[in-house]
Amino acid sequence: MSETYITRSTAIAARILAGEVMVMNSADSTFFTLNEVASVIWQAADGHTPLDRIVRDQVCEQFEVDAAEAQTDAEKFVAELSAHGILLVSDHPFPQESAR
Amino acid sequence: MSLMAEVGQKAFDLGVPLAVHLDVTYRCNERCIHCYLDHDDHGEMTTAEIKRTLDQLAEAGVFFLSLSGGEVFLRRDFFEIVEHARSQLFAVKIKTNAVMIGEAEAQRLRALNIDTIQISLYSHRPEVHDAITKLPHSFERTVRGIRFLRDQGLRVTIANVLMTSNIADHSGVQQLAAELGVHYTLDPTITPMMDGDTAVLDLRVGGKELEDIMHSPALVPNQEEFCAPPKPVTEDDLDGYSCSAAHSFCYISPYGDVFPCVQFPLPTGNIRRERFLDIWNHSPQMNEVRSIRARDLTVCSSCSHVSSCSRCPGLAYMEGNMRGPSTADCEKSFYRTGVVTANMLRQGLSKPRSKAPLVQIQPVAVPA
Repeated sequence: MSETYITRSTAIAARILAGEVMVMNSADSTFFTLNEVASVIWQAADGHTPLDRIVRDQVCEQFEVDAAEAQTDAEKFVAELSAHGILLVSDHPFPQESAR
Repeated sequence: MSLMAEVGQKAFDLGVPLAVHLDVTYRCNERCIHCYLDHDDHGEMTTAEIKRTLDQLAEAGVFFLSLSGGEVFLRRDFFEIVEHARSQLFAVKIKTNAVMIGEAEAQRLRALNIDTIQISLYSHRPEVHDAITKLPHSFERTVRGIRFLRDQGLRVTIANVLMTSNIADHSGVQQLAAELGVHYTLDPTITPMMDGDTAVLDLRVGGKELEDIMHSPALVPNQEEFCAPPKPVTEDDLDGYSCSAAHSFCYISPYGDVFPCVQFPLPTGNIRRERFLDIWNHSPQMNEVRSIRARDLTVCSSCSHVSSCSRCPGLAYMEGNMRGPSTADCEKSFYRTGVVTANMLRQGLSKPRSKAPLVQIQPVAVPA
């Protein structure tokens, strides 16, 4: 099974407000606020840490959640933000400082 | 409440500066008859100073950043500033007259994922627009700039400042905006010049003309709600605040002076001498503005409009008392609803006076 790597798009606007990330994509006028768990995943989306390791090392460490359930929720979250161009997804690590 | 409104309320409650308006220059290639600015350069922030400011704003939690002027494209480093702002992930709005925007500039702005570009247009008639800007062919160049931006898929809003010189043209500008496929917004606010000259206030639209605007379904779609008489005032209304100035919004001048709002010339500090967050959190002036609740207002606390009035504390400050009424907003409330305001009753008026005695305050002097 291949790994999933995620990185934040630089085409969006984002800021943390009281521990939660707000994200706006000017291209399609979408505006999101991420809950605390999603915000942790967002902040860990460095392009070279696999999603399952983010869930294991960050989400499960910081929140009392079932590991399998957390992984399923994380995949749904990633798919949704990827559809809006807010997160980029690949089965290979992203090059450092790549143009996004 | 929309998600955006919820975020705005959260920032307000937490005292986070969610939005900042930064003028990068007061220089301009137009000389609009209603403009309040002194267009000479008295020592604008350098590129490095603006970048440092942006870094501090990002650290403070600012999300919405408006870059304005003057004409922003008169700064040779403007794209460098925008690139830095976007690298800090601000949602960037640019206010410009678009005169200097060609296809290449529009493409660069598209590549930088600018959220909105607001462009001043005063009339659909070139001779009226050019007479206001005092720049020959500015109408033609502005509309061409709008087309370049629109063709790049950027979100463009035409801002139509309304004054006596173009009072008859708002429907024409609105129609032109529709033909161009861009948004339209109308603003009847005219403020005095920075040198204190109030002659410009003669351009303000008032009386029957203001009433007609307030009651125009083309300009204000939700007429029933907008023009309804004020609801009975509650304790919650009296605990409320006038606006986001100093709560989740502030203004920074090209010289680094920080104010509660672009229309609220109360000096609170200078970013060349202090860190932004120190000014935001600890400036006595900023804290005074954010402490004022509706029940603290000298006249407006007893006004039936207190919960629905667009009272601007900055305009009130320019009338001499930030806790006092803003006559221009009293006028709007009256013509919107037909209900006399407490400020008018106090003066024995059955109709508003057309011109309030506003004064403009000079920017903070920066010690050498």
